[in-house]
Amino acid sequence: MSLTLETDVLIIGGGLAGCWAAIAAAEAGAEVVLADKGYCGTSGVTATAGPNHWWVPPDPDRRAQAVRERNARALGLADPRWMARIIDTTWRTLPTLADYYDHSITAGGVPHYQSLRGPEYLRALRRYAEVRGVRILDHSPALELLLHADGAVAGARGLQRQEAPPAGRDWTVRAAGVVVATGGCAFLAKLLGSRNNTGDGHLMAAEAGARLSGMEFSTYHTVAERHSTQTRSASYAFADYFDAAGRPIDTGTDPDVTLPLARALLAGPVYATLARMPADLRAILHQIQPAILLPFQRQGIDPFTQRFPITLHGEGTVRGTGGLRLADEDCQTDVPGLYAAGDAATRELIAGAVSGGGAQNSAWAVSSGTWAGQAAARLAHGRGRRTGEAVDAAGGAGLRPTQGKGTGMPQAAQLTRQLYDGVRSEMLPYDKILFRRAPVLRRSSDTLADLWRAARDHLAPGRDATARVRAREAAALVACARWVTASALARTESRGLHRREDAAALDPAQTHRLVSGGLDAVWVAPEGAAVSTQVA
Amino acid sequence: MIELIFADRCTGCNACVRICPTNVLEPGKNAPPAIARQEDCQTCFLCELYCEADALYVAPNCDEMVAVDAGAIAASGLLGQFRRDSGWHEWAGQSPNLHWRMGELFARAKAG
Repeated sequence: MSLTLETDVLIIGGGLAGCWAAIAAAEAGAEVVLADKGYCGTSGVTATAGPNHWWVPPDPDRRAQAVRERNARALGLADPRWMARIIDTTWRTLPTLADYYDHSITAGGVPHYQSLRGPEYLRALRRYAEVRGVRILDHSPALELLLHADGAVAGARGLQRQEAPPAGRDWTVRAAGVVVATGGCAFLAKLLGSRNNTGDGHLMAAEAGARLSGMEFSTYHTVAERHSTQTRSASYAFADYFDAAGRPIDTGTDPDVTLPLARALLAGPVYATLARMPADLRAILHQIQPAILLPFQRQGIDPFTQRFPITLHGEGTVRGTGGLRLADEDCQTDVPGLYAAGDAATRELIAGAVSGGGAQNSAWAVSSGTWAGQAAARLAHGRGRRTGEAVDAAGGAGLRPTQGKGTGMPQAAQLTRQLYDGVRSEMLPYDKILFRRAPVLRRSSDTLADLWRAARDHLAPGRDATARVRAREAAALVACARWVTASALARTESRGLHRREDAAALDPAQTHRLVSGGLDAVWVAPEGAAVSTQVA
Repeated sequence: MIELIFADRCTGCNACVRICPTNVLEPGKNAPPAIARQEDCQTCFLCELYCEADALYVAPNCDEMVAVDAGAIAASGLLGQFRRDSGWHEWAGQSPNLHWRMGELFARAKAG
C-alpha cells in the first residue's frame, strides 16, 4: 500500500534549510509535508556541527560595513543586496527559536542566538516544525519530481525505506510548490554528517529543467584526525603540524591551511598536536563541542600533548558555493514552483568565489529556507494545488534504465558500487581537486561521461529499499561530479576556491558566474550568455 | 562506525533505529536492534546521544571496521559520555552548553 498525499508545500530535506522552509511555509498558512532521507533532527551536516550565523545588529552603518567587507573577499561574484537580505532575515528569524532551544546561556545578559550546537538546534527545529503542524516523513527519500504539462513542478515521489520491507513503501506527494533542501553534494567524502549529501536534489531538479551555478567552487577541505569524521576545525586553530620525520610543516600565515597540508599529505603522513590550546579552554572543550574529543579518548590519545595523524576531508559543494541556480529573489529555480534553499542552492550570491563556510552559509540556510517556504505558500494560495491535472514523472538514471541490462553489464548493486568508486576516484584525490589542470580534468570528464552512460542505460533501481536509494544516489553523484568537472574546465583561471595549476592567476575578464546543466550533454556558459558551450 | 549494541543495557526502544540519519540499524524481534548496514554509518555518534540506556558504542574509525573489546569498553566509562557531556536527558543542567564560547577559541588562537 503506497502513501499518497496532497498538500500546499512539499519540502525535500529536513536539515537546517528544510526545517526553516517548512516552518516559514506553515506560518504563512500553508499545509506542509517535509520528507527527509534520514531523520529530521539528525540529518544534514548542521546536526553534527555547531553553526554560527552571520549576526549583525540592525545598525545601518554596521550592516553596510559587514556587507562591504564580505563583498570585497567574494572576488566579484557576490551580490551585496542578497548579503544585506540574509543579514536582516537571519537577525529577525533566529530568535523565534527561543521556545525550543535553551538560550538561557547569555553573553553579557543578552541571549546568544547566533551560535548553536547542532544536535540541539536540529532537535529544536523539528519540534518547532511539528508544533506548527508540519507533517514530517522520516526515512522517506524523494526519488524524482513530478511535473505538469506546462513544466511547473507538481510534487515528488519517493519511498519510505523503513516501511514495507524489503522494497519500502512508495510515496507520492502532490503539492503546489516544492522546496529542494537536500544539502550540498559531498561526493561520499568522510565529512562529518554528510553521508546523505549525495546531490539527489541537484539531479531531481536538473531532470526537471533546473540549471546550476558555481559548481567549480567545490574544493573546500577540512582537517580531521586520520580515520575520524570530526571535521570540527575550531580546535585546529591551535594546531601545529609535522611530517613523518617530526619536522614542522610551514602552514604560512593564512588561516586556511588546506594547500600546505594537502601538499604535505601527498608526500607522506602528517601529524598534528593541539598543544597550544590554553589549559582553561582544554578544560571546557567537551562542553563547547562534546563530540570532538570522543575519537581521541576512545583511542587513548591526548591531543594536547601527543602528536596524532591527520587527514583532510573534501567537502564537495557543502562549504563550496556551487548549487542550483536561483532565478528570482524567492529562491525559485528555473523550474516554476520549484525552489532551492540552503546548500542545495548556489551560495555565490552571498559568498562569491570563496567559501561561505560557517556563519554565512548558516545565515543563508535560515534565510533562503524562510523565503522559499514563504514563496511556496504564496504560490499555493494563489495558484492552488492543481491536483486534478495529469502529471509526468521526471526521473531517469537509476530509476528507468534506457536499455535494461546490457550483455555483460553488472547487477544493479555492483554497478552502483562501481559508480560510487568511480566518483570517489575523480572527486576526492587532492591532486585532482585542489591542484586542477586541464589534461587531468579532461580525463575525469571522459571517465565521468562513461559512468553517466552506464547509469543512464543500465542502472536499475534494485529490489530492496536500500538498493533503490543507492541507485539514485549513484546517478546523482555522477551528475554532480560532471557539472563540477565541466565548470572547472571552463573557468580557465584561478579564483577563490577554484585553483588551476595551469592558470594560476585571476583573469579579470572572467569575472562572471558560470552556469551549468544538462544530463546526457553537460554544458557550461557564462551567466547571461545566449550560447551555451557543450563540453562533455 | 558503530560496532556494538550492548544487549544487557538495551531496552528495545528502537530510538536508534528511528533517529539514525543513514538507516544503519534494523529493529530486532524481541532482541536489540541489529547493525544491518554498517558501511552506511557516518560515525556521527548521534545514536549514542539519543540512546538513554547508553547501550551503543561507535568506534571512532570511519574508514574501516575495527576489532573492539566489548568488556573493556563496558568497563571504560566511555559509554554514555557524549550524552553526559552534552547534558541530555537526566544530565540536563550538569554539563552546561558552552557552545557560545566557540568564538573565543578562534579569537585566542589568532591572538597567539
